[in-house]
Amino acid sequence: MTDAAHSGSPPRSSILTPDARTRKRNAAEARFKYYGLTAVCLGLLALVVLLVSIAINGAGAFRQTYITLDVPLSAEVLDPEGNRNPADIARVISFGYDALIEDAMEAKMAEAGISIDGLDAGDAADIVSSEASAQVRYFVLANPEEVGTVREFDLLANGRIDAFFKGRVTMASAERDSNVSPEQLRLAEALKEDGALVQRFNWNFITNPDASDQRPEAAGLGVAILGSAYMMLIVLVLALPIGVAASIYLEEFAPKNRFTDIIEVNISNLAAVPSIVFGILGLAIFINWAGLPQSAPIVGGLVLTLMTLPTIIISTRASLKSVPPSIRAAALGVGASKMQSVFHHVLPLAAPGILTGTIIGLAQALGETAPLLLIGMVAFVREFPDAPPDGFFDPASALPVQIYNWTQRADPAFVERASGAIIVLLVFLAIMNTLAIVLRRRFERRW
Amino acid sequence: MPVFWLIVIIGLLAAGGYVSGRARALASADGDRRRLHSLPNFYGLNVGLSALVPALLLLILWTLLQPMVIDQRITSIIPDDAIPETSTRGLVMSDVRRVAGGLEGLVNLGVISEEEMSELSASDNDIRQSLAEIGVALGADVRPEVLEAAQSYREWSNRGTMAMTVCVLLVAAAGFVLAYLRTDRNLRARNIVERGILVLLVAAASIAILTTLGIVLSMLFESINFFRQYPAVQFFFGTNWSPNFRGNSDLGILPLLWGTLYISFIALLVAVPIGLMSAIYLSEYAGRRMRAVAKPMIEVLAGIPTIVYGLFALLTVGPLLRDYFAQPLGLGNSSSSVMTAGLVMGVMLIPFVSSLSDDIINAVPQSMRDGSLGLGATKSETIRQVIVPAALPGIVGAVLLAASRAIGETMIVVLGAGAAARLDLNPFEAMTTVTVKIVSQLTGDTNFASPETLVAFALGLTLFVITLALNVLALYIVRRYREQYE
Repeated sequence: MTDAAHSGSPPRSSILTPDARTRKRNAAEARFKYYGLTAVCLGLLALVVLLVSIAINGAGAFRQTYITLDVPLSAEVLDPEGNRNPADIARVISFGYDALIEDAMEAKMAEAGISIDGLDAGDAADIVSSEASAQVRYFVLANPEEVGTVREFDLLANGRIDAFFKGRVTMASAERDSNVSPEQLRLAEALKEDGALVQRFNWNFITNPDASDQRPEAAGLGVAILGSAYMMLIVLVLALPIGVAASIYLEEFAPKNRFTDIIEVNISNLAAVPSIVFGILGLAIFINWAGLPQSAPIVGGLVLTLMTLPTIIISTRASLKSVPPSIRAAALGVGASKMQSVFHHVLPLAAPGILTGTIIGLAQALGETAPLLLIGMVAFVREFPDAPPDGFFDPASALPVQIYNWTQRADPAFVERASGAIIVLLVFLAIMNTLAIVLRRRFERRW
Repeated sequence: MPVFWLIVIIGLLAAGGYVSGRARALASADGDRRRLHSLPNFYGLNVGLSALVPALLLLILWTLLQPMVIDQRITSIIPDDAIPETSTRGLVMSDVRRVAGGLEGLVNLGVISEEEMSELSASDNDIRQSLAEIGVALGADVRPEVLEAAQSYREWSNRGTMAMTVCVLLVAAAGFVLAYLRTDRNLRARNIVERGILVLLVAAASIAILTTLGIVLSMLFESINFFRQYPAVQFFFGTNWSPNFRGNSDLGILPLLWGTLYISFIALLVAVPIGLMSAIYLSEYAGRRMRAVAKPMIEVLAGIPTIVYGLFALLTVGPLLRDYFAQPLGLGNSSSSVMTAGLVMGVMLIPFVSSLSDDIINAVPQSMRDGSLGLGATKSETIRQVIVPAALPGIVGAVLLAASRAIGETMIVVLGAGAAARLDLNPFEAMTTVTVKIVSQLTGDTNFASPETLVAFALGLTLFVITLALNVLALYIVRRYREQYE
């Protein structure tokens, strides 16, 4: 016992009844723990709110309103020469088909016994998308022998009519809107009761190309998905071999000298360079200097390759490092050269880790937007690019850029499309990341 | 596409080289592989790689250099008086390139033959029309000088491609033959091949340096061009940003920097406490099952692309803040604001801060925890008075890395922060950032001679320097910290 113990007053409290100071400390402890829990919950809450808001906004894009009409492909209009020559039929532009759709709508209204006051035939036909005439025209061009018959078509409804059934347009808002009238909405309702107007799953959203500002109902992600796929292919073909080669050198062969130090510092810095800077690089080097075409997947792929390389190099080096030195020693011991020990033994053992890192790098590249804006991928592209390798040089869009593009347009239907496109993007990312996790679980070896 | 077929031919040649090299080596040892210096595969690889690598290198170099050389030649044959007042040499050259591409297309489609092509003259009015038919739309009729230049451009590039094909094939064949002739049972094929592969590995590793060099040079050159037209002092210290495409723009960076820093500050204000506290909770308090669920879920936030956060800011957070905070408080009517972008960016940074801090907290030695707990401190006292002070340098490094992320972030601010450059304190006001302006100056119609476009490169360089400095500092701090406990 020290003197200090004697000099103080005897303890008044017992260990069973905590004194004020202990209670305060315990309360602080509980508070601190509660703060931590709150922080975790806030993080999770943010995730949930984010996903739910995107899902609510975007779910509508996958359902689209269609109107089924019997369109008379009358020979007088489509084939005035009467010789069924495809070249002559092709001369009738989409505009010529509008009259046919008008006739079809009139016939439908008469058949179903619908009559709406103050709605002329032209306005009635306007509840069908202006894309519909092009749709009928493509069909006729593909099947010229059908001219003169009456065919049933599932035509896209106008975007505003679609919005009416999704709740964005109401009778009251239609009063003030010059693009749609309450009479047209009543016609749409009547057609729905008749069964000619239906809402169903919208495959066209995934397969169609983008559409102009006036036709949100026809806009789709086809070109964007294809463009993204091309870029991912380029990234995979370039970034994987280069990344693995660089990692092998740095991890297995590089002597400790200034040159390797510079490379190391460069890689760790490149990993943290803002993505938009890579866009500037792409614009200055690949487009202005090397003269590659704008909006082309090849440029996007090259820029994303440079961006993904540090990610792949870092994860590849980690998985090379995790292969125990005994493997190398054993290979060297039975007479393999250093190169053989790496390529025959270390690399195969590190392959699952490399693959996982590559997939995660690709997922990152798939979602990247900013650099692609600068190399002209925001351009409006309706044509599908050709098959590779020529298609790599054709203009294309990319999924995230298409989303950005749609957010910049006036019609609120495009906002719905953008959110829908995000759902598609997130599904792709989820698949890639799940694949990475499964690979890791399945092949990971602990030494 | 000739280049594609050229690559295929080289590939086939290399494959053939592998087979024949291997066979020749075995033959020189009378089929007894024990008498060879190296494994038979190495002899094959030696011939194959000798055919493949130099040829491919030449191909890449040639495709990069040819357009530059031809551009230079053609630019010099366009007479000065052929350039209209309103245009520049560069614009005329791009016309020339397009006409040349169009003429190529016409010949390929068989619209006109090679002989007719050489006799074309600009007086034929149908050139523009026939070009338009194959998708090359020209703004005006083709002038004789442009046509002439386009024709010689086309001629030169055809000649160049021809020469390239011949040279590349020659190099491939030469590599093949030389390596094949050298193949002999005493040739040290393994050593040669392994040295070659090592060179390739070094080349791959050097791409990192090339990229950095490319970034710095591309921005430096254009920035120098910019500063020739616009005084640097006004750029770095100007408080007004109003680009005007007719000239006479004010291009001061300060309002943009202010917006960038303000938004990043709010983002860090959100991300650092939440990220740090959740890292502490998950590593010190949470049970195994909670950690197994919560940690990956928070990390999902890091895997979500920034465009998704941008749209979230635009559609959900922005209107919410405007309707429930800004308008009732009378602070503003804009749904895009510093607050919107800052909050959403903060959410984006949570996993970044939390996983970095998690690593750092786990690096604090267990003995320090044990010591503190042994003295009777509670868990939270241990964390606040032992672990956090010990981990402080690392945490500072993590915050700096997060700050550099925030400063360089683009899509969230493009969609959430607005486009108005101003120096203001009100967080519910729309402001803009360096990255937003880079995007807006470089998309759409750009003219690489005007300061309004070139300013984007100076902005990019500034951004690059700031983030680089933050990263280097942060990495230095983190590394020092790690060494302390190793």
